[in-house]
Amino acid sequence: MPDRARPLSPHLQIYRWQMGNSLSIMHRLSGVFLALGLLALCYWLMSIAGGAAAYAAAMEALVSPLGLLVLCGWIFAFFFHLLNGIRHLFWDAGRGFEAADRRISGWLVIVGSVAFSVGVCACLLYAGAVR
Amino acid sequence: MSLRSPLGRVLGTGSAKDGTAHWWAQRVSAVALVPLCVWFVWSLSGLSLRDHARVVAWLATPLNALLMMFLVAVAAYHAFLGTCVVCEDYVPSHAARVFWLVSLRFLYLITSGAAVLAVLRVALGNV
Repeated sequence: MPDRARPLSPHLQIYRWQMGNSLSIMHRLSGVFLALGLLALCYWLMSIAGGAAAYAAAMEALVSPLGLLVLCGWIFAFFFHLLNGIRHLFWDAGRGFEAADRRISGWLVIVGSVAFSVGVCACLLYAGAVR
Repeated sequence: MSLRSPLGRVLGTGSAKDGTAHWWAQRVSAVALVPLCVWFVWSLSGLSLRDHARVVAWLATPLNALLMMFLVAVAAYHAFLGTCVVCEDYVPSHAARVFWLVSLRFLYLITSGAAVLAVLRVALGNV
């Protein structure tokens, strides 16, 4: 593509905000965020191989207030991207395109990802899984 | 009606640059990630993560080591495909876009390769 000004098609600001585009944007955002989480997973695996001291340092960073905040964000992004990804796979198979189906599957993704991530985050924070 | 020939579309000679391979790779890796993610969450939920020896013992199991290497490799591939599309969509300058597309390749290869090596070290008892 040449680097000069070209006419652009109507974009986000033109359209009415609704569930479909919100979930679509969230899918991209959570995917990019999870790509960063993958780097953290790689670091975690390397710290396991690095021995008890390296692992303790990694876990210390993970259970710091900032670490837990980011971790909870990754957990939500993980469940959201997983469930909404399954929704996308159904669409790719040609199913669930009707308005009612899209609304139901969208709400299932929202409720499911919040429920799963609240459950897992609660386990991490209160049940002492990381302590 | 499209003026492009089906052959030209599949060979990737248009502005999209490629055919259906990218779409398929993203879907197949997504399907593979679903059971791997379920396994990952299920495994971690039963593990006391603060205990290094237990985490090592868990990861050293052949099945767990294999699945973890699959998870890292497939997730890196899937993330590579996805973040490349994000770069192609949102990085306007050609030079910056090429820089990011090449950098992402190196980033995922290096980090996932190092993580696979780490799992192998644990699985082969070098920890």
